[in-house]
Amino acid sequence: MKVKSLADLKKIKSDVQQKIKLREQGANAENIVQIKVAMATCGIASGAKEIMNFIIEELDFRGLDGIVTQTGCMGYCYAEPTIEVVLPGKEPVVYGFVTRDKVMEIIDKHVMKGELVDGIIPVSYKTIDE
Amino acid sequence: MAENKTHILVCGGTGCLASQADKIIENLKTEIEANDLENDVRVISTGCFGFCEKGPVIKVVPDNTFYTSVKPSDAADIVQEHLIKGRPLQRLLYKNPKNNYHVSDSSKIDFYKKQVRIALRNCGFIDPENIDEYIARDGYAALGTSLSEYTPEEVIDTIKKSGLRGRGGGGFPTGLKWEITRNVENDQKYVVCNADEGDPGAFMDRSILEGDPHSVIEAMAICGYCIGADKGLVYIRAEYPLAINRLKTALTQAREYGLLGEDILGSNFSFDIELRYGAGAFVCGEETALIHSMEGLRGEPTFKPPFPSVSGYFGKPTNVNNVETFANIPVIINKGAEWFSSIGNENSKGTKVFALAGKVNNVGLIEVPMGITLREVIFDIGGGIRDGKKFKAVQTGGPSGGCLTDKELDIPIDYDNLIKAGSMMGSGGMIVMDEDDCMVSIAKFYLEFTLDESCGKCTPCRIGNKRLHEILDKITQGKGTVEDLERLSLLSNVIKDSSLCGLGQTSPNPVLSTLKNFNEEYMAHVTEGKCPAGQCKDLLKYEIDAEMCTGCTLCFRNCPVGAITGERKQPHYINQSLCIKCGVCFQKCKFKAINII
Ligand SMILES: Cc1cc2nc3c(=O)[nH]c(=O)nc-3n(C[C@H](O)[C@H](O)[C@H](O)COP(=O)(O)O)c2cc1C
Ligand code: SF4
Ligand code: SF4
Repeated sequence: MKVKSLADLKKIKSDVQQKIKLREQGANAENIVQIKVAMATCGIASGAKEIMNFIIEELDFRGLDGIVTQTGCMGYCYAEPTIEVVLPGKEPVVYGFVTRDKVMEIIDKHVMKGELVDGIIPVSYKTIDE
Repeated sequence: MAENKTHILVCGGTGCLASQADKIIENLKTEIEANDLENDVRVISTGCFGFCEKGPVIKVVPDNTFYTSVKPSDAADIVQEHLIKGRPLQRLLYKNPKNNYHVSDSSKIDFYKKQVRIALRNCGFIDPENIDEYIARDGYAALGTSLSEYTPEEVIDTIKKSGLRGRGGGGFPTGLKWEITRNVENDQKYVVCNADEGDPGAFMDRSILEGDPHSVIEAMAICGYCIGADKGLVYIRAEYPLAINRLKTALTQAREYGLLGEDILGSNFSFDIELRYGAGAFVCGEETALIHSMEGLRGEPTFKPPFPSVSGYFGKPTNVNNVETFANIPVIINKGAEWFSSIGNENSKGTKVFALAGKVNNVGLIEVPMGITLREVIFDIGGGIRDGKKFKAVQTGGPSGGCLTDKELDIPIDYDNLIKAGSMMGSGGMIVMDEDDCMVSIAKFYLEFTLDESCGKCTPCRIGNKRLHEILDKITQGKGTVEDLERLSLLSNVIKDSSLCGLGQTSPNPVLSTLKNFNEEYMAHVTEGKCPAGQCKDLLKYEIDAEMCTGCTLCFRNCPVGAITGERKQPHYINQSLCIKCGVCFQKCKFKAINII
């Protein structure tokens, strides 16, 4: 494949950018919304994997940048699937019993407008990073 | 694209490959497939992460988890714990040596905190064997805009305004060099990339070529456009097989994309690059010697002027730049001269890559803004001196540079300050020494290197350095005199003044700087016959303290030459004329009865 002009080059760039988007975001994590999906046995059994894929699709669909990762069991097994949403500079918020509809609502309201929506589980722990 | 939710970046630099990074990749891939995760997770081999001390290193994104000292057998655990259970594998996380806390996020590791990555921007981030990943990071955009939107003069002007200076050692302003080469009229000109990298312990250029070969290719094409050359040559040492392979792959891809070859991006500009292999002689890094070596002649420097810019490869105007210099070019064009010149200080702009080595906790490849202090580099990024020892000196500029002391720790690092302090920037080697290093021996070590590498053309360099070495040798044997110290400095200055090329002109720097900064240490050798650092074997004496000695006979039984005598339960004695100073008795004695004097 020959690149024949600067415009061609720019087109390739936008096509291939997706490939490394994940890494760009990783390098820039503090400034992007992060969504963590609990994916231990209990989470996966209750459909966390499908929810995670759905979140990624929905973010992409809306052209939003977001880091979607899996984490271990958050300890709310009764409420699986659970997800944790962290807006830049904000405290983490955990939602339980997340369905596809809930995902849409969380993205539309919480992620885009910063409004909390129903279904929050009070956070009963603190992460210790160090 | 919902497929790859996680990328695992595995360092594929020479250092990490030597510690089985390729096997780690293979095992990770097997484990990932075994767990049906191949659609979710991509494993990518990248260039050097720089944190060689703790290699092999891998990084999982997007959560930025950084694993150090990974072994192939860890692959299963990483997949089980991190990818399936989603929690960092504690035992492989980096531990902050200061408080033993685990740190998972690489941006929170001290080693990375003060670094600014321009030349190394893609190293450890993209797959160097995939041109698309380079393009995704603005690759070839600088070439594209230069060709279609700017005249060569305008591009040269940008480089001039950016303040970029050569990273190969001399620090000559890059834009000015391009302008000079451009202004020489000729039907044929050349762009040469100097990838000889002969400085002992230095590996910045290798890492750039291994981790981001396209950045150098792109910059060479831009340079060709600016000076009016259609041909580029990379002079690379044959000992860099991985870098050579990555470069070859990159060249093929660039040609396939039409980013090298005829009529690039429909601009009428044509450019292509060939590789030339060096046999690993330090002097061949000197630009005139390099050019002669490429012409098939002996790798010997010749007198400048004429500079290569005027008369170089086969007498044609030739622009020689270093690998790291080139790696800065595309970013400068993409982000602008102002952006670049806002980093750094007065006369030295941008960043410099250093290969940090020696007695620091974190050895590795680092890129720091000009103007950072040696203290920040050694103590913050380097994590301080190993084993809680005391800092003694730092050598910058390799065999051409000098040793600086704690008095110079707070000067901002730039071309001019280092020269003022009696050293130089060089290509970026930085070797840290602690209290156990003998400065006379260090000077001797560098001279040994120079002696091996001098091409022998000039008498002062060939014979003068030999004499310097003999005098230093004499001093380390305790046979030196105070007059020898005067002779050292006199001869050093003669060699500096009368050698043809940079090698000879700078070879006495390690001697002169240690003489100046560690005079007492030289004096201790010549007047008291002592080596304060305890390194010069001939000046050491092992003695048994009769009061401490319990007569356990352990030293007697371990001495390889039978130099120790003594009865059981009686103090032992070392016969100095037999002792070969191996130090075994000192290590074995449980009662601290053996002293080094
Ligand atoms: C003995 C000697 C060895 C050198 N070795 C290298 C080298 O390994 N790599 C390099 O880029 N420049 C080396 N140089 C500097 C080159 O002569 C030349 O100045 C440099 O390649 C110019 O590129 P720059 O302006 O981009 O730094 C060496 C110089 C001398 C005197
Ligand atoms: S100074 Fe030394 S290395 Fe340089 S040309 Fe003379 S002899 Fe050769
Ligand atoms: S230093 Fe070695 S040779 Fe000398 S006395 Fe001790 S063990 Fe023997």
